[in-house]
Amino acid sequence: MDNFVVEVKGVSKVYGKTIKTVALHELNLGFKTGSFNAIIGESGSGKSTLLNIIGTLDRPTKGEVIINGVSTRNMSKGRLADLRNETLGFVFQFHYLLPEFTAMENVLMPYRVAHGKADKESQKRAREILNLVGLEKVENNLATNMSGGQQQRTAIARALMNQPKIILADEPTGNLDSQTTDSIYQLFRKINQELGTTFIIITHDRRVAEKADRIVEILDGRISLDIVK
Amino acid sequence: MKLAFDIALRFLKSSKGQTILIVLGIAIGVSVQIFIGSLITGLQKSLVDKTVGSAPQITVAPQEDGDFILDAQAEIKTIKAANPAEIKSLVAVTQGPAILKTPDQSTTIILRGFEWDDAQGIYKIADRLVKGNLGTNKNEVVIGKDLSENLNVKIDDTLEMITPTGKTGEFLVTGYFDLQVKSLNESWILTNTDTAQTFLETGDGVSQIEMQVNDVFVADEVAMDVEKRLNDETLIVTNWKEENAALLSGLSGQTASSLMIQFFVLISVVLGIASVLAISVVQKSRQIGILKAMGMQNPKASLVFLFQGFLLGILGAFVGIALGIGLSWSFATLVTNPDGTSLVPFYIDWFFIGISAGIAIIASTLAALIPAIRVSKLDPMEVIKNG
Repeated sequence: MDNFVVEVKGVSKVYGKTIKTVALHELNLGFKTGSFNAIIGESGSGKSTLLNIIGTLDRPTKGEVIINGVSTRNMSKGRLADLRNETLGFVFQFHYLLPEFTAMENVLMPYRVAHGKADKESQKRAREILNLVGLEKVENNLATNMSGGQQQRTAIARALMNQPKIILADEPTGNLDSQTTDSIYQLFRKINQELGTTFIIITHDRRVAEKADRIVEILDGRISLDIVK
Repeated sequence: MKLAFDIALRFLKSSKGQTILIVLGIAIGVSVQIFIGSLITGLQKSLVDKTVGSAPQITVAPQEDGDFILDAQAEIKTIKAANPAEIKSLVAVTQGPAILKTPDQSTTIILRGFEWDDAQGIYKIADRLVKGNLGTNKNEVVIGKDLSENLNVKIDDTLEMITPTGKTGEFLVTGYFDLQVKSLNESWILTNTDTAQTFLETGDGVSQIEMQVNDVFVADEVAMDVEKRLNDETLIVTNWKEENAALLSGLSGQTASSLMIQFFVLISVVLGIASVLAISVVQKSRQIGILKAMGMQNPKASLVFLFQGFLLGILGAFVGIALGIGLSWSFATLVTNPDGTSLVPFYIDWFFIGISAGIAIIASTLAALIPAIRVSKLDPMEVIKNG
């Protein structure tokens, strides 16, 4: 129990006030530090809701999320923002890059959110990460002047910038072709092995899920399957 | 701060069309303010200057007609001490009516005598002299341009005048002046104090002490100071404001209407900025949402929009100042009197321009408050859920 980097304790999520829709039913889950986890399930099963709650973007109706051993239940919006900045990296189905900025500037953004100005060291680091994801040639391109795969890899590089303990990815390859999908998952694995970053990835693709250390399937807001390899 | 500023700058740069439009909107507002403000101020300045610029603004005279101020120099000292910062160009004037006789006609004139050097401050006689020179010797006079034309009097002619008491005297014309007021040019004959005192039989006394003040609009307050200081019931202190009440009420009406115009221009500018920025919050909601997901705090996200308002205000103010000055200049240059002089003189009040620009910048920043508040309420979940 001790080396769980993320713990979900009795988390329920109910939408609506008059007509209640229960998205999650008292889930209990723990993710080990440095593990590579896949969450699968049909659309509407509640898996994205779970990921958003883990990412502190959404609050559970009941229960609590413990990140790095600290409960997030009573944290203010400001503290949650700092926690996300320091500990979590997000990769969504859409890249959500800022189109007004270059790839390099987008990667630096989480650092600048925390520190304001990007110093030499952080720039060096951003360049290293861009090398890691294979984008050194387009680092000065505006986000709009890149291919879909390049944009998504920039988003991954951005998620890595602040050396987060956890990367939360919600169908990160949903909009990409199968070849790019493969290269992105190889990249995730490489980061997981080299940096020891914990990955929690939502995916539709069973082939992808099978490569993970652990597969959790969500069905109607409940865990229906939990396989640890 | 730095990041919010950089993002604000980048947002403005990335939607150039929108930025140019909004800057133009502010600029036109500022330029109209500057143009109207400068126009009205210039108009009022020239009007006041024409009315009282070359005339006494405060006059101290004996209460009773026919009395004289005996020790003018002592009184001048007292008056000056009442408000040394404001009072200037003091001059003692000896004056009285007389009848001017020429071989074919006679006319009533006012003979005014003063020390030419003292009178230079108010009347600028040396500059107004169109021909000849000032009469410094006894019984030498200068007369108005119109009077000389009416009576066909030339320089070196001798004039005969009769006082109300019947005393007559002969005077040598040494020059013509033009005070640019026809009634004065037709009725005034100017001379030195000595000549006037002898002819009008005032002894050492003078008829009144005239002065100007640095700020013409406080003439009434200065007049009160003088009255208190003199503390003499036989003397009466008047100022130009009480004699020109109609002009003053016209001026203040003008000022009020120009303030009204400027106020409504300002409101329309603020509404314009607020609405454009409100739209841009919707346009940029993805970016704001992801920045918040990355851990940007709400106040910082709001700051991005406040900076946008601030930057737009600065840009708009500068363009507006250029436009406004250009507009004022072209108005002064192109709209002219028949004689080619400009109808309203070109007048730049940097203090006023600074205030207009400052108000525009503050107003733009405040206008950005509404979108900034919307931004702080934006939930990153909304953006991420809806893609």
